[in-house]
Amino acid sequence: MDVRGPIQRTTEPTVTGTSVIGIKFNGGVVIAADTLGSYGSLAKHRSLQRLRTVGPHTLIGGSGDYSDFQYIIEQLDAELMEDVHFGDGKALQPREIHQYLGRLLYARRSKVDPLWNQLLVAGVGDKDKQVFLGQVDLYGSVYMDNTMASGFGAYIAQPLLRKAYRADLTEEEAVKVVKDCMRVLFYRDARSLNKIQIGVVTADRISISDPFELDTYWENPMFVNPSLTVKPV
Amino acid sequence: SAGMQADAITLQKNLRARLVWYEHQHGKTMSTPAIAQMLGNTLYYKRFFPYYTFNILAGLDNEGRGCVYSYDAIGSHERLAYGTSGSGSVLVQPTLDSQIARKNQVKGKEMPGVNTVDEAVDIIKDVLASAGERDIYTGDTVEIYIMTRDGFRTDVLRLRDD
Repeated sequence: MDVRGPIQRTTEPTVTGTSVIGIKFNGGVVIAADTLGSYGSLAKHRSLQRLRTVGPHTLIGGSGDYSDFQYIIEQLDAELMEDVHFGDGKALQPREIHQYLGRLLYARRSKVDPLWNQLLVAGVGDKDKQVFLGQVDLYGSVYMDNTMASGFGAYIAQPLLRKAYRADLTEEEAVKVVKDCMRVLFYRDARSLNKIQIGVVTADRISISDPFELDTYWENPMFVNPSLTVKPV
Repeated sequence: SAGMQADAITLQKNLRARLVWYEHQHGKTMSTPAIAQMLGNTLYYKRFFPYYTFNILAGLDNEGRGCVYSYDAIGSHERLAYGTSGSGSVLVQPTLDSQIARKNQVKGKEMPGVNTVDEAVDIIKDVLASAGERDIYTGDTVEIYIMTRDGFRTDVLRLRDD
């Protein structure tokens, strides 16, 4: 940073990711995001990885500016590397990563140079096996709940996820709910893509699927023949 | 703390830490009036980049009587019998002025006011239920903290899920 030059700060995001959604199930948590990086209204990057593993127990999904998301992943990987070097067998827990991100984003916001993201943090604790799902946004606000959705998902997917959530939800049911929500988001969010990834974390395993295409249905008569929506006078 | 969640979280974290410092340095728990002053100072410290929070501090004073302090975003505060803040405060404040203070009321002298803990909790529940009806920002659940010289307990009031 050149101290003689003008002050530089983030004023708007550049390449952005849309919704990330998540839901807890009995024994773990599922999150999902599409693989689109939008450049304003241009669907520029169609294979972005918006879900990442951070350590052995935590998944992070990033909405908002993709470069800021990459920076955050770098920072988190560095933090987790410290744990590895320390060598005491303990790693940062999902709840701790969530807290850390909350403070990081608040600090940047307080310098009026935000990291323009909404991040979903999902994971299962090491010793306590507690299932965790939380969100942090560019202001430094933090939320934890059984269902979570950022971006457009907050309007469309969140009500669907809340309706579907039960304490005894199985992994298959949770994955199905999430896929259905992503499909609805593809129908309704103009900055989304039907190529998605699903991440699952339980006490024993953590995985992010390869990107796959969601099947969509366009044969609804109203789509095929829009004049059907108009009643004859 | 009403207002911006990120600032409210940070402010409360900050105060909690300072409470621990005080106990180590002074060998006693911070009294409510002392915390009241500290909160005012903490807020004014950020006079030119405020904590976007509208706070109410409540507790028992050194004589064991209930006290309430109401704040603006930059630390101006006063001790009151009751206080409100946030988006629903415009709905709740007049009702409490009527039912608790009973100033300048036509039949003010005959009104019972609030005399016991249970009456106070009931009136809180009623006004928050009303606020929930009319204020779009008031949510679906209320947390109530009740502190008397006999101890501390919490209560939860569910409002309509809308």
